[in-house]
Amino acid sequence: MEAHPANLPAPTASRAGLRLPGIGTGVGNGMVVLYLSIIVLLPLAAVASEAFTGGIGHFWEQVTSPLAVKSLKLTLVCSLIVVVINGFFGTILAWLLVRDRFPGKSIINAVIDLPFALPTIVASLILLTLYGADSPLGIDFAFTRTAIVVALCFVTLPFVVRAVQPLLLEMDREMEAAAASLGAGNFTIFRRIIFPNLLPGLAAGIALAFARALGEFGSVLLFAGGNPDTTVSSVFIRNQVESGNEIGAAAVSVVLLVASLLLLASVSLIQRWAIRHDRGSTDFVVAVENKDVSGGGA
Amino acid sequence: MAANPASRWGLRVLGLGYLTMLLLIPLVMIFYKTFEEGIGPPLDAITSPDGLHALKLSVLMVAIAVPLNTIFGVGCALLLVRHKSKLNPVIDAVINLPFAVSPVVIGLSLYILYGSGGWFAFIGEEGFKILFAVPGMVLASIFVSLPFVVRETVPVLQEIGTDQEQAASTLGANGWQAFWKITLPSIRWGVAYGVVLTTARVLGEFGAVTIVSGSINGQTQTLPLFVEKQYANFNSTGAYGASLVLALLALITLFAMNLLKRKEDA
Repeated sequence: MEAHPANLPAPTASRAGLRLPGIGTGVGNGMVVLYLSIIVLLPLAAVASEAFTGGIGHFWEQVTSPLAVKSLKLTLVCSLIVVVINGFFGTILAWLLVRDRFPGKSIINAVIDLPFALPTIVASLILLTLYGADSPLGIDFAFTRTAIVVALCFVTLPFVVRAVQPLLLEMDREMEAAAASLGAGNFTIFRRIIFPNLLPGLAAGIALAFARALGEFGSVLLFAGGNPDTTVSSVFIRNQVESGNEIGAAAVSVVLLVASLLLLASVSLIQRWAIRHDRGSTDFVVAVENKDVSGGGA
Repeated sequence: MAANPASRWGLRVLGLGYLTMLLLIPLVMIFYKTFEEGIGPPLDAITSPDGLHALKLSVLMVAIAVPLNTIFGVGCALLLVRHKSKLNPVIDAVINLPFAVSPVVIGLSLYILYGSGGWFAFIGEEGFKILFAVPGMVLASIFVSLPFVVRETVPVLQEIGTDQEQAASTLGANGWQAFWKITLPSIRWGVAYGVVLTTARVLGEFGAVTIVSGSINGQTQTLPLFVEKQYANFNSTGAYGASLVLALLALITLFAMNLLKRKEDA
């Protein structure tokens, strides 16, 4: 929104003791609300309204049609598998980046964000090249469910790493030393001390990765394709649009929308819980809030 | 946890092995595949009329969406941090929406809103084409990249506080002067980080844009759409060539992210 400069003597100046260029007050709020409405709220409201144009019965019919259910189930199961895999490897990677020393560590640390920066369609193309029919490694699982899982692992990798990393960084290592001096082994220390401290980050990272996986489109498209067994919900929605069934597309969209809203809400609950229990710093909250859950490359 | 050498190596092999198979080898693959038959074919593909048009259109998306979302982002962050209001939690939640919504759903939402029978269908009927044209693609790009600048600016604004601005205004600076001379210089790295993320997201967006654009060769194709079309038309060299351009931009993004993070921390 355009900030209106000095020509607006901000009424809040006396209250806050500073004068910022016309932000605040009704004008500022109005412009923000207007921008958000045009860009975000009206389009989403249009989808919701479209989904229910034929009444709630018709909506339900669309959502429970065999192909819609199949795609939703597939999306859900693949996303669950993906967050388990990335929860495991993401925690290991975060641990390596914080606690270990090895050559090239700073490069590895930077490369972790690659899936945020690389366009999803490019990710799909190179995964297809690497793990498709012409695989130089001799591994071919393109156009299978494994391909969906691998593509989703690729795009959601940074979430867990970046959510766990700040917690590991600030963890008080004296607790671990104390436990070790009392005779605890590595596994016990991990289970009783490290893991509980990482839990809020891990949970938030997993929730964000899950939300992203549910809606992912580009990275799955070329690599897993849209054959009847590999049609995830986002591909299903695209197919419905192309075949002119906008209500069906909108209905499945509403299901995805509600699911991701619930996940986002759970992330903010986790954050509040973590702050209350002094288990997350503001660093952690910032790190988690800045993660992009929806599509493509950033 | 003082991991013994064996478990330390175990973790290294697991973690870095996973990263290698998932990220590093694919990254090398793009370079290898693009130049497999020399530099000529990929160069021809990118410099073909359709390729150049896609590149231009991608730049146009950035040129429109990034400034708009930056101005909105800084203004909105100021509003959220400096002026407590009952609306703030609502605005905050709405700003997060583009992060939560599938790109395909974003594309569909614009498709329904501006398509025939939609609430804003009249705009197209007046002769100003939104769907299957550049305006729709711009709207999709703005939608998907909306939160970044706000999200990056809010924490920085919270951190710098208002002492210096107050000092400036005591010394007679007006609101606009205080903003340009005090506030903006203090938040610039945070804003810049948000701008980098916004740009990368706009350049790479596929799902939302593909639904609203129709991906017409040489008309409504951004680079990511060009990649998909080239691949679908069995011109994989063209697809790899355009992919390499996008991958290089992604690497520049990573570099800029790291640089700006360091500046911010400094």
